Amino acid sequence: MSIALKVENLNKYFHEPDEFHVLQDISFSVNKGEFVPVIGKSGCGKSTLLYLLSTLDTDYTGQIFINNTLVTGQSQNSLAQFRNENIGFVFQFHFLLPEFTVLENVMLPALKLGKYSKEKIEEKAIGKLRQLQMDSFANKLSSKLSGGQQQRVAITRALINDPAIIMADEPTGNLDSVNTGLVFDIFRDLSHNNGITVLTVTHDLDFAKNADRVIEMTDGRINGK
Amino acid sequence: MVDALIAKRHLMANKKQTLVAMLGVTFGIGMFILMISFMIGVNQFMENTMLSSTPDIHIYNDIKTDYNVSIAGEYFKSKGTLVAVHHPKPKQINLNLKNADGIMNDLREDPAIKFVSPLLSTQAFYNYGPVQINGYIYGVNILDEAKIFDLSSKMTAGVPENLLTADKGIIMGRGLANKLNLGMGDMVTLTTPTGTTMSFRVVGLFAIGIGTIDDTRSYVSLANVQQLMAKDRSYITDINIKLKSNKLAREKAEELFKKYNYKSDDWETANSSVMASNIVRDVLTYVVSITLLTVAGFGIYNIMNMTINNKMKDIAILKAQGFSGRDIVQIFLSQSLFIGFFGAIMGEILGFILAYCLSRVPFPHNDFISLKFFPVIFNPNHYLFGMFFGLVTPFIAGLMPSLKASKIDPVVILRG
Repeated sequence: MSIALKVENLNKYFHEPDEFHVLQDISFSVNKGEFVPVIGKSGCGKSTLLYLLSTLDTDYTGQIFINNTLVTGQSQNSLAQFRNENIGFVFQFHFLLPEFTVLENVMLPALKLGKYSKEKIEEKAIGKLRQLQMDSFANKLSSKLSGGQQQRVAITRALINDPAIIMADEPTGNLDSVNTGLVFDIFRDLSHNNGITVLTVTHDLDFAKNADRVIEMTDGRINGK
Repeated sequence: MVDALIAKRHLMANKKQTLVAMLGVTFGIGMFILMISFMIGVNQFMENTMLSSTPDIHIYNDIKTDYNVSIAGEYFKSKGTLVAVHHPKPKQINLNLKNADGIMNDLREDPAIKFVSPLLSTQAFYNYGPVQINGYIYGVNILDEAKIFDLSSKMTAGVPENLLTADKGIIMGRGLANKLNLGMGDMVTLTTPTGTTMSFRVVGLFAIGIGTIDDTRSYVSLANVQQLMAKDRSYITDINIKLKSNKLAREKAEELFKKYNYKSDDWETANSSVMASNIVRDVLTYVVSITLLTVAGFGIYNIMNMTINNKMKDIAILKAQGFSGRDIVQIFLSQSLFIGFFGAIMGEILGFILAYCLSRVPFPHNDFISLKFFPVIFNPNHYLFGMFFGLVTPFIAGLMPSLKASKIDPVVILRG
């Protein structure tokens, strides 16, 4: 099995308000198509780890490979390009753009990538929405949807560029148990049937229980290593 | 392309705010156009009035009295005696231009010169019953003079050519004719300072629009003044010159002075106070306009800052999804430029309408100012300049907030 994500000797310090060694010598790898929740107590550094892996935060030492590409040390612009193409994001809050319809929200990252024509992208976006049973809402303003629906749109948006890896930060933190179950099923389906790696930080132990593998963290280290 | 789409949505989502920002620019540019059209119109009017009474170049024989040399001083010099002469008086001097015909022929050959008009002027008393009114009488070749000052358009009665056909005709300033209670065809008697008297018949009236001229000046033929002053036919005191381009007057005047050694005044020097007030008006226009545009710029700056503060989350998610800092700058700067562009276009229209309205407002009636409406000019360059300002101001005002937006750290926002 090929490796989707590889991390070597990751160290990160917070300098404010006090010097704090938040991630200590983290090394691990995740295979393609794996669904891996990262769990741990508040403040153990799991979210920080996710933002390093997502290339949004570049203030660290060590090396990160995504899809066998070394992303450490690349310029902000090329990282932006890289994220656009290879990483899908899902957050605790949906962060949909309120001025745009559901369909447009999903289409934006693909329009930015510019790989396909607008018609092709629209077709693709509707397909992805259908996959998550959101196609009937395509032309609604995103702000008119419920929380669970918005989160599903956010997941669709993360999928539009066929990313190698989806990174999620507490994707179910704001959802009830029904919607949590739904999101879980979607993630598992994506990883098992579409070969997309899903890395998600979560508090939800039920959510974690049924995953392929769990990365558990305590005080800036991965347990069991 | 995506950036433009997002920018458009942001603008459309907040139509009222967009409109208010635009109106700031509209007002600034509109006022700029109105002010500059009016001010330059006034300048142009002043310049035209000035040029209608001042030739491009005026050549004359200035009184030069040199009291350093005296006959007594010359006589006693060799004897080592100090000579002081009290209250020297000038000797009898003729203020005419020597070889005036030669000079004029020479001037007519000059390719830079359009018209040349000889002039003999003297003070005169206009007799009105027992009252004598002081004024000037200009002896001219009326056709030459009419060409230089466009007299035909300034006539309120008669035509300049009347002077050629009438024996002892006079064309009189309207203010002066009013004072003397004279109309067309009436006789007027003139007395020169030397005591000669002569009668003329009024064959025309003119109004240049400058009180000091309309109240004192009359034109008669050159020969009549020569006769009045008991001088020969070649006696003239001044030469007025119109150039093909009056911008060259200063250099040309200097050149003519060197050539003929007679004093040569160009119109700018002769009217330096008018030129100074033109500059003051120009500066005023630009100061006020730039102030208005700066205020509009601050308006845009505020609105862009507000928009960006409201859109922190959107910016963060866009960056996470792969939009670069440059994309973010483009998204917000293009909004600012859009506001500026359409604000400026509306401002140009507003300015044009206001300027047009002003140009149709009748100017309060005045005998001495030949203005029917407020002087307004319409110059495309002003509109281009306004457009330029309408784009530069929002660019500067939008650049800072946009750069700030591009530097937002998405991690801070997304982690909450």
